[in-house]
This record gives sequence, C-alpha cells and structure tokens, in this order.
Amino acid sequence: MADTAAPADPPFRLSMLIYDRRYRGWTIQIVVFLVVMTAAAWLINNTLENLAALGKDFSFRFLGQRAGYDIPQRLIPYTADSTHLRATVVGLLNTLLVSILGCIAATVLGVVAGVLRLSNNWIVARLLTIYVEIFRNIPLLLWILVIYAIFTEALPPPNAFRGEDPAASMVLFDSIALTNRYTAIPSLHATSDPGSLSLGWGVLISWAAVAFVLAFVAAVIAHRAIRRWAKARQEETGARPTTWPISLGLYVVPAVVLWFWFGITVERPVLAGFNFAGGSNVHNALVALWLALTLYTGAFIAEIVRAGILAVSKGQTEAAYALGLRPGRTMSLVVLPQALRVIVPPLISQWLNLTKNSSLAIATGYMDLRATLGGTTLNQTGRELEAMVLMMLIYLVLSLIISGGMNIYNARIRLRER
Amino acid sequence: MKRSVLLATLGGAVLAGGMASAATLDEVKARDVLNCGVNTGLAGFAAPDANGNWQGFDVAVCKALAAAVLGDATKVKYVPTTGQTRFTALSSGEVDVLARNSTWSFQRDTDLKLDFVATNYYDGQGFMVPRALGVTSATELDGATVCIQTGTTTELNLADWFRANNITYQPVNIDSNAEGEQQYLAGACDAYTTDASGLAATRAAFANPDDHIILPEIISKEPLAIAVRHGDNEWGDIVRWTFFALVAAEDYGITSANLEEQAANSQNPEVQRLLGKTDDLGAMIGLDADWAKRAIAASGNYGEIFNATIGEATPIKLNRGLNAQWTQGGLMYAPPFR
Repeated sequence: MADTAAPADPPFRLSMLIYDRRYRGWTIQIVVFLVVMTAAAWLINNTLENLAALGKDFSFRFLGQRAGYDIPQRLIPYTADSTHLRATVVGLLNTLLVSILGCIAATVLGVVAGVLRLSNNWIVARLLTIYVEIFRNIPLLLWILVIYAIFTEALPPPNAFRGEDPAASMVLFDSIALTNRYTAIPSLHATSDPGSLSLGWGVLISWAAVAFVLAFVAAVIAHRAIRRWAKARQEETGARPTTWPISLGLYVVPAVVLWFWFGITVERPVLAGFNFAGGSNVHNALVALWLALTLYTGAFIAEIVRAGILAVSKGQTEAAYALGLRPGRTMSLVVLPQALRVIVPPLISQWLNLTKNSSLAIATGYMDLRATLGGTTLNQTGRELEAMVLMMLIYLVLSLIISGGMNIYNARIRLRER
Repeated sequence: MKRSVLLATLGGAVLAGGMASAATLDEVKARDVLNCGVNTGLAGFAAPDANGNWQGFDVAVCKALAAAVLGDATKVKYVPTTGQTRFTALSSGEVDVLARNSTWSFQRDTDLKLDFVATNYYDGQGFMVPRALGVTSATELDGATVCIQTGTTTELNLADWFRANNITYQPVNIDSNAEGEQQYLAGACDAYTTDASGLAATRAAFANPDDHIILPEIISKEPLAIAVRHGDNEWGDIVRWTFFALVAAEDYGITSANLEEQAANSQNPEVQRLLGKTDDLGAMIGLDADWAKRAIAASGNYGEIFNATIGEATPIKLNRGLNAQWTQGGLMYAPPFR
C-alpha cells in the first residue's frame, strides 16, 4: 500500500478536449488532419468527376505506345519507334546530365567568385560584384535566351566551313569546329574492339571505356594510399618523400598501355553533306543551357560562399597568419573548412533550384524531361494530367535524393561538439 | 502534408476544367462575347494588325461566328494559343471554338474528346530551304538539320517521311514559329518544316522572301479544321453551318457587296433559304433568320476571305489549289441548305 494516495483523476468532460492541456494537442492535430484529408478527398473526387464528365480516364497506358518523334540529344539508344516511356527516360537522363554538369560548374564558379569578391584587389572585387549583381537580378529565362541567341547568331553555320577559302575554320589543329548548331569534337574509336558491356534496356558501354574508368579509379585509390604513406613518413621523420612522379605514373602508364592495347584512334569531325560527321557533336542547346544555369546559379553560390567566409571569425585568419601560413593556404586549410558548415545548407537549395530550373530547357530546344514527357508526349497523347503528375513525382523524387545525399554530407562536416 | 499540397495543386488545375458545361450557346449569349482560340501570331491566318486588331483567315471564322450568334462581328475575345496549349484551352472551356491551323486527326477527334466540325483550309506539310543551298527536292535533304515546332503533327510526319525515304535528319526542336524563323534565318537549321501555308506566311514576313524556296514535296495531309468540344452537338452544328454558309455564299455568288440585293431579290430558292427569306433555317439551330446573312456580312464569303487574307494578292501569295470551290476543282463543298 502506498503511503500517499494518488489524487484521483477528475472525471472526463467533453470541454477538457479544448481546455485541458493534456488533450488539447491531440484535439488540434486530429481536427487539422480531418480538414486536410477532407480537402484532399474533395479535390480528388472533383478531379475524377470532371475527368468523367469530359469522358477521359486516368491511365498511364500511353507510356507503352510508340512515341513517333525524334530526340536529337540522347544518352541511351532511342528511335521514333521507341515507347513514350523510353522517351521519358531519355528526357530524364538529359535533365540529370545538364543538372550534374551545371551543379559542378556552378559550385566551382561560385566558390571562386565568392572568394575573389572578398579580395583586397579593388578591381577584382568590383568586377565580381558586377558579375554577381547582373546575373542574380535578371530572370534566368532571359539569360538562357540571350546566351542561346549569341550561340546561334555569332557562330558560323556548318556550311561556312566548306570550300577552298571557307568563311570559318576549325580550331585546335583542325580538330574542333564551333558552329551555330553544335560543337563538333573528335571522337575515340577502338580498332581492336573488345565488345560492349550490356547494361540492359539496349544500353551498351564499350569494354574499352569500362577499362579506362577502372584504371582511373584504381589510380585514385593508389594515389591516396601513397599520400597517406607520405604523410605518415613526414610525421615520423619530418621529411616528406617526393611522391609526385609515382602518382603521375599511376595515372599515365595504365592509360597509355590501354590506349595501345585497344588501338585507340582519334576520329576527327569532317564536313559531310549538311553537317559534320565522324566526331561527336555537342549540341549548342546543351551548352547554352548549361552555361546559363551555371552563370546564374554561380552568382547565388558566390554570395553564399562570401557569407560563409565572413561568418568565420577574423581571429582564425590572424591566428593562421601568426603561424606563418600563406594567404592561399589559410583560405583552403583554415577558413573554407569552417565556412563549409555555413555554406552547405543553402548550397543544397541552390543545387535543387538548378535542377528544377533546368526545366526551362525547352527555350533552347534541349529535350529534357519537361520537353519529352511534359512537352511532345503530353501533346501527342493528350494525357495532360497523367504526364504532369508523373513529371511532378519525378522532380520531387529527384530533389529529395539530392537533398538527402547532401544532408548526409552536411552531417559529416558538421562541427562535432564534444 | 507534402502529398496533400501536391494534390491540392492538381485539383486546382483540374477545377477549371470542370466548368465547361454542355450548353455553349447559352454561355456565349449570356457572356455576350465569343472566346475564340487563335494562333499566337501567324501572318495571314491570325495576327494583330498595326492597330492591335486581330486579322486573318482564321480570325474571319471567329468574326462570322460572332456575327451569327451575337449579331456583332466585333464581340470576339481572341485567345492566342500555342501548339501546346490549344487543346487544353478548348477542353477546359477557356475558348468556345478553336480556329487555329489545327490538323484534324483521328486521335484528336476521338481520344482528345474534340469535334472537328469543318475543314477551313486543306493543307500539307512542306519544307522551306534557302535558295543558296541548291536543294530542289526534299529527298536531297539527307543528313540535314531541320527546324520543327514541338507538339505538332508535323513532328511525327517528319520522322515518318524521312524513314520512309531511308534518309536521316537532325531535328532542332523549337517552341514557336517566331523562334523557328530566327533559328532558320541564322542558319542553325538547313530546312524549316511546317504546313505549306505556314511556310508561305512565314516566308512573306522575311526581309528577302525570294531567297527562300518551298520544296515541291508535300509529305502529309493536313486538313486544318475548326474544333469544338465533344459532346455539345448543338454548338457544333452552329459552328459547322456558319462556316458552310460562307462556302455556300461563294458558290451562289453572294458577296459582301451584293448581299443586301441578293437577300431582297434573289429568285434562287437555295439563296432565299440561306439568307433567311424563306424556311427560317436559323430557328433549327437556335438562332434567328438572319444569322447566315450576318455571318457573310462580317468579312464576305469564303473566297473573299481567302483573297483578302492569304490569297495571291496578299504577301502570303497562296493560290486556291485544294481550297477552291468544288466547281473549280477544289474540295470546298457545302452541303445543301434545306
């Protein structure tokens, strides 16, 4: 028997749902939940009823039908005979391609511009200020259109390269042709063809390419091991062994061996008929879109980087100088690692923005997800709702993956308080 | 919560779609203005003139319809639509009728729940190339870069035709006719393809139209038709017969000049029925007796409209060809008014 009797709970009354703090939280949550669900149910019901009134159904069967249109830029095999599903995937891969290229370039540009904006050099700092303010304050679509128009109007058409005395000439030892349609670059071919690795769904990758990638990855791993060893030696003996010839050899020797093993030849682009053939053509649509996304997002990232650096106490820099570190090393070893903690969260937002902004691609005729699934497929099949829902889901998943990955990285570089 | 937001957005988008009810005629009369979906700007077919008034071949259909239904050819709100938005605009009720160079096809007529009531221009897809290119036939375009508007039937025709002829091409996808013009003139594509009428209209707007030729190959059938929503047959009848009234008027020699005189004195029973002197055909489609007379008075008969907007005397320089009256070897044939 307990010595003190617990005070008996007062009998439950309905008004306690509102006035009693123990129940109020639950009441509010349940009411909000019911309201939201009712609204959602009403909207879904409304949608279905209206679709029925128009005599349309909600079905994704169109994804299995023949697409019938061509896509100029594609990373996996695709013809007009392929299905709308494949066209969607081609578009998605194009979206990913320009997004990844854009994120990398925008981050590099943003970090450089952000650091230089804090430069003590008056001219450099002001020039970077002008860059940031111009690109930040003009809508992205206009930049895309302007840059694409510059490519179209300023560069020569392919037929300007024709004839005895052509109006335009190729650059870099006659290997690259800049035209107003694409940049024709040389392509590599293996004379002793090792066959291809099939990834399924008609996607083939040459074993030669796989071998080069594997050799590169192995070189990177070996390089890091050597650096670890050198560091250990340095801490043991105080003298750092010279490792760069070994590292260089790690990268170069396997590549050269593979080059001759597969008998790699360089095929230069040659003007044949209306267009260049032989090499690879990098379409201006991609380059212009990538450039615009990079310059625009880079301006925002520059501001984020600048803010991150300013957030690091000046005492840190002074302490580093006092230890005898040069300004460059102070920035890369002391300031930037600490600034990263401030920089990374807003940087994620910028990457997400860039990925979503890539849906403006249709302005340059770049066939991204918005242009295939949300453009031609939607138009040819008339399945607006289905195509839009699918497209929104894909962008949503894409964004969640990016922010999920970056959040893991953010957790790793976070200040560890002990 | 995120999912609910998504659904709310979707629902909101669809909500507008539900407003389209059956009786379009009543709606138009109550609104006292006709919402007419037209091209965003294609010289000769639908484009605002220097004063901002819409003019053109398709616009004339809108005017005739407004005159027949509302008694005033100016009571039209022109809604510019792109190749991508046009059918959605129609099925959502944003426009009452679509007169916008839209090809009548099986899938659009059935699966998209539209009704194409009448073909106002028989067209076909062609190619335009710079004269300097030295190309005289589309079959010589192997490997060429071709500019093409996305979301049109021309995109599918192009893929099919090049395949059937076993030659290759590189498409440059563009969003609007204006962008296509810019790309083509800058040499970013060797050829521009769209309906032959559209090519003629585009070329007419060039600084040097004679530097460009339209190749002889017509690679598809493109009956450009007037579309309404599926399911409102009364409204469909009104649009169809208003257009046929314009065709019939040319057939019987009724012009905007002699309209009043014909209405008063013509002894031809067909003309008398058409112009409402006998038989009150208008009552059968829910309009008054003078509906056809007003439609013809708006911009003249079919031939007059053709000649004034896209004919030989205009910068577009299209000849009647397939669009001549059936008596002249063309396909324009209005069923009898009786």
